[in-house]
Amino acid sequence: MSPTSLRRLFGTGERDPRLPPGQYDVGSTWPVLTAEVSPRLRAEDWTLRIDGLVDKGRTWTWDQIHKVSSSTYSGDIHCVTTWSKLGTSFTGVSVDDLFAEVGVRPEATHVIAWSVTGYTTNLPIEHVIDGKAWIVWEHEGKPLPPEHGGPVRMLVPHLYFWKSAKWIGGIRLLDHDEPGFWEQRGYHMLGDPWLEQRYEGD
Amino acid sequence: MTDSAQQDLPPLPTLGTVTRRVPPGGARRMWQEGEVVGVRDETPRARSFQLWLPEGYPHVPGQHYVVRVTADDGSQAERSYSVASAPDPEPGPGTHIELTVERLDDGAVSPFIHDNVRVGDRLEVRGPFGGWFVWRGDTPALLVGGGSGVVPLMAMLRYWRRQGRRVPLALVVSTRTPEDLYFKDEYGPESTILYTRTAPAGTSRPPGRIDAEALAPLVSQPVPAEAVAYVCGSPGFAEAASQLLVAVGVERTTVRVERFGPSG
Repeated sequence: MSPTSLRRLFGTGERDPRLPPGQYDVGSTWPVLTAEVSPRLRAEDWTLRIDGLVDKGRTWTWDQIHKVSSSTYSGDIHCVTTWSKLGTSFTGVSVDDLFAEVGVRPEATHVIAWSVTGYTTNLPIEHVIDGKAWIVWEHEGKPLPPEHGGPVRMLVPHLYFWKSAKWIGGIRLLDHDEPGFWEQRGYHMLGDPWLEQRYEGD
Repeated sequence: MTDSAQQDLPPLPTLGTVTRRVPPGGARRMWQEGEVVGVRDETPRARSFQLWLPEGYPHVPGQHYVVRVTADDGSQAERSYSVASAPDPEPGPGTHIELTVERLDDGAVSPFIHDNVRVGDRLEVRGPFGGWFVWRGDTPALLVGGGSGVVPLMAMLRYWRRQGRRVPLALVVSTRTPEDLYFKDEYGPESTILYTRTAPAGTSRPPGRIDAEALAPLVSQPVPAEAVAYVCGSPGFAEAASQLLVAVGVERTTVRVERFGPSG
């Protein structure tokens, strides 16, 4: 097989060090991958609920969450289908600030992030605290489009992007791990792109 | 304490029960070399590759494989391609699959596969994957595909025929022109072809995008509770078609969507 057409993938042959193994750069595009019908969700109807192993569960409305101090992530995102989007940005609030308001109980070890569509995804708690996860409504300074999870989605950029639930409705804190939508269907429980944890058993 | 605290919580939402079963070869799918035993052009831009996987097991209609190609400098690239064939009736190990690859000229992998892969070559693959956009042949199904999105639906249609058409099934395929239609000899009375740009002479519907008028007659009222709709195509097509299904009375939670990215 001649490699000429494959070479174009990597341009000069230099691989961008920001790309995890098996990933390629989509440039300024942003593919849409969703397993279910996109909900038509208005910002004024959206709420976020954090409950489970917390001192006091709480629900935020659109107006209320905008009173939490804003936080921006600038960096890369990686989809398990092998695309990465480099040097992008999202703005919203840090999950740390929301957790501080509800008070995380010491026995909490994992979370389930859920979407209003019924989509769920599981994460160890250490992967959503200490500046690793956000609830976001802006992408590169503009409102997050509905097909990308707008009005509000989760953002956990150091893991494959199926962990960043679109149309986020809530986060539940648990004392055990419970597989989410894709995790029950053959995908990896954690999904670290640098370890290529794409599928069950990787 | 934990239990009582959790019992007071409302149940989490769900998209339904899991039908996935761990394949006979085990949950972990390893890279394997498939032998290319056949190549066929579907359209000027789409080509099907029949593979024999000595270590493979039959897929479920709707599933995909990951294909990995390696350049001579050692650089590699992976892409996912849906299986177009019905599952091999033999239980394995050893299975046949057909992958249909659309050539995306600004892509890297699909032109490479089109230009280089011939009968007798070996292709590195891993799979099958997918536990959501799958159909096991036991529920009524409405299949809606746009362009290359018909590929996983063809696996379902072929399987349905081989099983003896046991359940109600309808297929809608949206294509730009007759020339762009995949698998053109395989559509029967269960299938409706919609042309968006150019229709063959004698077609009553004028060329145009998929609309509620095309879908409504295929949705029986009431929709059987166990029926599942499968929508596959570009993000724009998948979004439009899935919203139209909801508009003509299909429950949101029974619609399974596969959006084909622009990855090439």
